[in-house]
Amino acid sequence: MPRIDSALRDVGALDALAAGDSPVHRLDPRAKLLATAACIVTVVSFPKHEFAELAPLALFPVAILAAARVPFGLIGRYLLLASPFAVMVGIFNPIFDRAVATHWGPMAVSGGWLSFLSILARFVLTAGAALALLASTGYVNVCAGLGKLGAPRVLVTQFLLLYRYLFILADEGARMVRAHALRSRTGRPAALRVWGSLAGHLLLRAHDRGARLHAAMLARGFDGSLRPLRALSWSRADGAFLAGSLAFFALVRFGHLAERLGRLTLEVLR
Amino acid sequence: MSHHIVEARDLEFAYPDGHPALRGVSFRIEHGESVGIVGANGAGKSTLLLHLNGCLLASKGSVRVGDVPVTSATLPAVRRSVGTIFQDPNDQLFMPTVGEDVAFGPVNMGLPAGEVERRVRESLEAVGALELRARPPYRLSGGEKRAAAIAAVLAMSPDVLVMDEPSSGLDPRARRRLIELLAGFRHTKIVASHDLDMIQDLCSRTMVLAEGRIAADGPTMEVLGNLELLARCGLEPPLRAQGCPACGRACRTSLTGLTRRTEG
Repeated sequence: MPRIDSALRDVGALDALAAGDSPVHRLDPRAKLLATAACIVTVVSFPKHEFAELAPLALFPVAILAAARVPFGLIGRYLLLASPFAVMVGIFNPIFDRAVATHWGPMAVSGGWLSFLSILARFVLTAGAALALLASTGYVNVCAGLGKLGAPRVLVTQFLLLYRYLFILADEGARMVRAHALRSRTGRPAALRVWGSLAGHLLLRAHDRGARLHAAMLARGFDGSLRPLRALSWSRADGAFLAGSLAFFALVRFGHLAERLGRLTLEVLR
Repeated sequence: MSHHIVEARDLEFAYPDGHPALRGVSFRIEHGESVGIVGANGAGKSTLLLHLNGCLLASKGSVRVGDVPVTSATLPAVRRSVGTIFQDPNDQLFMPTVGEDVAFGPVNMGLPAGEVERRVRESLEAVGALELRARPPYRLSGGEKRAAAIAAVLAMSPDVLVMDEPSSGLDPRARRRLIELLAGFRHTKIVASHDLDMIQDLCSRTMVLAEGRIAADGPTMEVLGNLELLARCGLEPPLRAQGCPACGRACRTSLTGLTRRTEG
């Protein structure tokens, strides 16, 4: 559970970063949201064995993180936390797909390894772009942007409340685990049965909390939709940022930017 | 003014599992009155409070707030005039920042932006928490959360303030500050609490609930001075009436001299 604690502290850290001020922070959340979505779509639109062609896309999250002065270490830690999922998705590819697909110098590379690397690269790019968005915009503003872009109200409300109560739920969970640890024999992990009971109690508590929360919301005139306070304003800089990002993605996707850059580098070296 | 009265007539309520929580509760609270509701755990205090803002609707009997009976059709009007401060401020602070949370009610009332801003500022100032405005609620201390929750309710400018255990979880100084704050409000106040000392400070009238019925209803000093009544209802006299902790002798300002039966 301490791991969950520290993960939540990291979420808080992201929010603290989002409260900063930089040209990227000042962009309209909608512009950043759309550009990030376009980046993710571009990444997943490449064929499955593509690896090198993806590389220039890293510029997008890196540029945002650098301009927003977000420490790369923090983002790296997040990526590491989530990486087991990406590894699990691709880990069997090298076993099933052993046909040689390409040669890197003297090394023959199978299609399986290539697609595995491609999956990892895609994970780093998409998750990195999403984290860059969060760190430079803030969760609440992202939700406001989503709402303004026409996402269903219910969904946006869910997102906002999820974020608010994540901390309380984790606190409750941590307290239960601590209470269990204090009364159980040391050095022994809890039995599966106990975990089941803990999880069940957590669910019931969350349900009760939900009911009380709903009562509190109704008592203050809630009618089904959270009305955002902040007015979003679209400026010329937002348009320029979005247009620039889209042009860059198009160039990477259709203009074979990676290949051209490679050739250019070789020529310069010669 | 008649529209700040709160009245219950033969109020009965049973939870869906069949457990009867209220078994015929009647009272009338006049404009500007400050009423304490005390009772043992499970006596029905919280259930009663939830009826006053229509979060629960009576199985039998009726509740009136001002001239309006509390029914599902009148809920918006009732909730505008009755502000409820819940026991756990975590249940009440659900918006990302304190400022937005305080604005939640006024925005739902459809007020223009300027008016919302004015109310947020004024109610945060009233509880001395203006500097918390931009903070997320989960980073606040217990006392700060309580203050923010009260501000959130004040921002709707209710006529009646209903509070469930407002002093629970507060340190002594925060509790004292809360009592002073609440004493300064001119609203009709209904306070349910186990903190009988606070009730004695805040409320001129006290109702004792026991097993879903009103066991006593009268001036606070009389009710809290009736040891036999308190014992029967699972309560103890306020700490300050319990005599000197060192020698056990009753202190001079003790309520015990006032003992009189006040059964309703």
